[in-house]
Amino acid sequence: MFPEHITFELGKYVGMFVRWLNTNFSQVFDAIRSSVLWLLINIEWILVTVPWWVILVLVFLLGWRLKSLLSGLIFAGLLFLVGAFGLWHPTMATLAIVLTSVLFSLLIGIPVGVAMGSNNTFAAVLKPILDAMQTLPSFVYLIPAVILFNMGRVPGVFATMIYALPPIIRLTDLGLRRVSKEMVEAAQSFGSSPLQLLLKIKLPQALPTIMAGVNQTTMMALAMVVIASMIGAGGLGYEVLVSINRIDIAKGTESGLSIVFLAIIIDRMTQAMADRYKYDEQDS
Amino acid sequence: MSAETKKKIEVKNLTKLFGKNQKEALEMIADGASKEEVLEKTGCTIGVKDVSFAVSQGEVFVVMGLSGSGKSTLIRCINLLNKPTSGEIFIDGEDITKLDSRQLRQMRQTKLAMVFQHFGLFTHKTVMENVEYGLEVKGMSVEERKETARNNLLAVGLKGYEDSYPRQLSGGMQQRVGLARALATDPDILLMDEPFSALDPLIRRDMQQELLDIQSKLQKTIVFITHDINEAFKIGDRVAVMKDGVVEQIGTPEEILDSPASDYIKDFVQDVDRSKVLQAKDIMFRPSALISDTAGLKTAIREMETNGISSIFVLDKQRKLKGIATIDDAVAALDAKKTLAEILTQDYHTTTPDVYVRDLIPIARETKLPLAVLSDDGRLLGIIVRASVLSALV
Ligand SMILES: Nc1ncnc2c1ncn2[C@@H]1O[C@H](COP(=O)(O)OP(=O)(O)OP(=O)(O)O)[C@@H](O)[C@H]1O
Ligand SMILES: [Mg+2]
Repeated sequence: MFPEHITFELGKYVGMFVRWLNTNFSQVFDAIRSSVLWLLINIEWILVTVPWWVILVLVFLLGWRLKSLLSGLIFAGLLFLVGAFGLWHPTMATLAIVLTSVLFSLLIGIPVGVAMGSNNTFAAVLKPILDAMQTLPSFVYLIPAVILFNMGRVPGVFATMIYALPPIIRLTDLGLRRVSKEMVEAAQSFGSSPLQLLLKIKLPQALPTIMAGVNQTTMMALAMVVIASMIGAGGLGYEVLVSINRIDIAKGTESGLSIVFLAIIIDRMTQAMADRYKYDEQDS
Repeated sequence: MSAETKKKIEVKNLTKLFGKNQKEALEMIADGASKEEVLEKTGCTIGVKDVSFAVSQGEVFVVMGLSGSGKSTLIRCINLLNKPTSGEIFIDGEDITKLDSRQLRQMRQTKLAMVFQHFGLFTHKTVMENVEYGLEVKGMSVEERKETARNNLLAVGLKGYEDSYPRQLSGGMQQRVGLARALATDPDILLMDEPFSALDPLIRRDMQQELLDIQSKLQKTIVFITHDINEAFKIGDRVAVMKDGVVEQIGTPEEILDSPASDYIKDFVQDVDRSKVLQAKDIMFRPSALISDTAGLKTAIREMETNGISSIFVLDKQRKLKGIATIDDAVAALDAKKTLAEILTQDYHTTTPDVYVRDLIPIARETKLPLAVLSDDGRLLGIIVRASVLSALV
C-alpha cells in the first residue's frame, strides 16, 4: 500500500485556483460570457428565423457545388428527416453551439498552431497540454466551466472548445512543418521576410492540412453536444439526456440519429472543402 | 572574360560545421584531425573545411565532387542559407557574414538568386506567380512584375504556360521556370545547386546549352554545382573539385585534365569525354616549318626534307594562309620548271581555335593533310595533325 501520510492534494489547489480566478476576475469572465453569448444567440436567431426550406435549399446547393448532385439531395433529405422527427429547433440550437465553438476554436487554434509550428520550445510545452485536453474525461472540465461561466450555453461552448481545439492546433502545426524544405529555402533565398514566408508560402501550403483540422475540430465539437447539454447547453444533446432519463427508446433513437445525420452532413461538406485546397504534391 | 577581372565573390577560410561542440571540433580541425575523427569525438559533421576561392564578374565557376563532399553546404553559405561557422564571404567587397537580417534580405532580393536541384517551385502558385515571387517580395508593382515575369518566361521558351501549375509541366520545363524565377530579379549572381541533375540526359544537354546561351547574353556571375565532370567541364570557366569538405584543386578544365592534383581527381578525369572539353586551340601546335609565298621551290623542298614532313603551308607577309604544297608536287614542278605559286592547292581543311575536338574527328578522318587553325581574319595560328586529334581522345 502507498503510505497514507504522503499526500499531495493537487485537486485542492486547482479548486482554489479556479475559485480565486472566479472571485478576482469575475468581470473578465462576465465580459467573455456575454460576448460569446451574443454571438451564439445571433447565430441561433438566424438559423431559427430563416424558413426551414431555405436552409434545406442552401444545404442542397452547398452539397451539390462541393461534392455532387446526389450528395446535395442526400444531405437535404437527411435534414428533412430531422425536421420530420420534430427535432428541427433543437438541431438548429445544436448547430449554433457547434458553429460558435468552431469559430472560436479556429480564432484561437490557428494562431496557436502557427506559433507552435514556428517555435520548437513552445511546441514541446504545448504538446502534453493538448494531450490532456483530449484525454481528460470531458466531465472533469465541466465543473470549472460552470464555476466560471455558470450554467447554460456559454460554459457549453467552452467545454466544447477545450475538446475541439487540439485537432486544429495540431494540424496547423503539422501542416506548417510539412512544407517542403526546398520551397521554404527558395522563398528565403529571394529575401522573404518571416511574415511573407508565412503568409505567401507556408500557410497556403499548409492549407489542405489545416482544412483537415477544421473538419476534425467540427466533428469533435459535435461529439461534445450531449455532454455539454448536461450543463444546460440544450439542443439535441438535451433531447438525448431526457430520453435516457425517461427510458424513451423512440425519442432516443430519433435524437441520436439526428446527431448522426448532422455529423454526416458537416463532415462530408468540410471534407469536400478540404479536398478542394489540395494542390497535390507532385503526383508520382 | 574581360581584362579587368573584378572579384565578385570572395570566400576566405570558410568552415561550416553541423552539430554541437563546434568549438571543440574547430580546435581538432586546427590540429589537423580528419572528418571521421572529428565526427567520432565530437559528433560534429564537417560540411566545408577551410575553403578559399574567388569568382570574377561574369565567370562561371563550377564546384564538383562526389555526394557528401560539401558542395551544397558551400553554395548555401554564399546566400547564408547555411550560416558559416568561421571564415568570411565577400560579395562586391562586403563581408556578408556580418550583415543583419534586414541587410541580408536586401542583399538576397537584389544580388543573389538560387536555382534548386528539385526546382523548389511553389506548388500553390502558377508558373507566372512563381516567376513573380522574387519581385513581389521586393515590393514591385503588380503591373511591372507581371511584365518582367512575362519577359523572363519568354526568354526561357515558356510563353503560353503562364497560367499552368508547376505539376502540369515536365521536369525540364519546371527547371526553366526555376531559371526564369531566378533571372527575373536580375541578380548579379546565380547560385545553381545541381540544377540539371534531376533531368534526363537529352533534356539536360538542352538546358546546359540554354544556360550557356543565356550566359553569353547576360554575363552573370554563376556558381554552378554538379557531380558530373562532363557537365562541369562543358559549363565551367573554372572548376573547383571538392572532397570531404575540402577543395582539392581549382583550375580551368584543361588544367585539371592535364595535371590532376590527386588520385581522387584522376578518377574523375577518367570519365571525361575529352573530345567535348578540348578545343582546337588546346591540341594545335606551331608548325615546325612554314614558308613565304615569295620563296622558291627549292627552299620549299629543303624545308620539308629537313623537317621530315610531306607538305608545307605557304603564307603571305601578313601570315595569311595562301595554300599548301606537297613534296610530290614540288619535286615534279621543279622538273617541269613551274613556280611555287602554281602548285599551291586549297584542298586542306581549316578550322577556328574554339571548335571542339569532337567536331574535328570527322574532318581528321577524311584527310591526310594537316588541319589549319585560322583566326577570324585568316591568319594561321597553328596546325593540327590527324594523330593529335586521335591522341587527344585518350
Ligand atoms: N543540415 C545538416 N545537418 C547535418 N549535417 C549536414 C547538413 N547538411 C549537410 N550535412 C553534412 O555535410 C556534409 C556535406 O553535405 P552536402 O549536402 O554539402 O554534400 P553535397 O556535396 O552537396 O552532396 P550531394 O551531391 O549528395 O548533394 C555531409 O556529410 C552531410 O551529411
Ligand atoms: Mg548537394
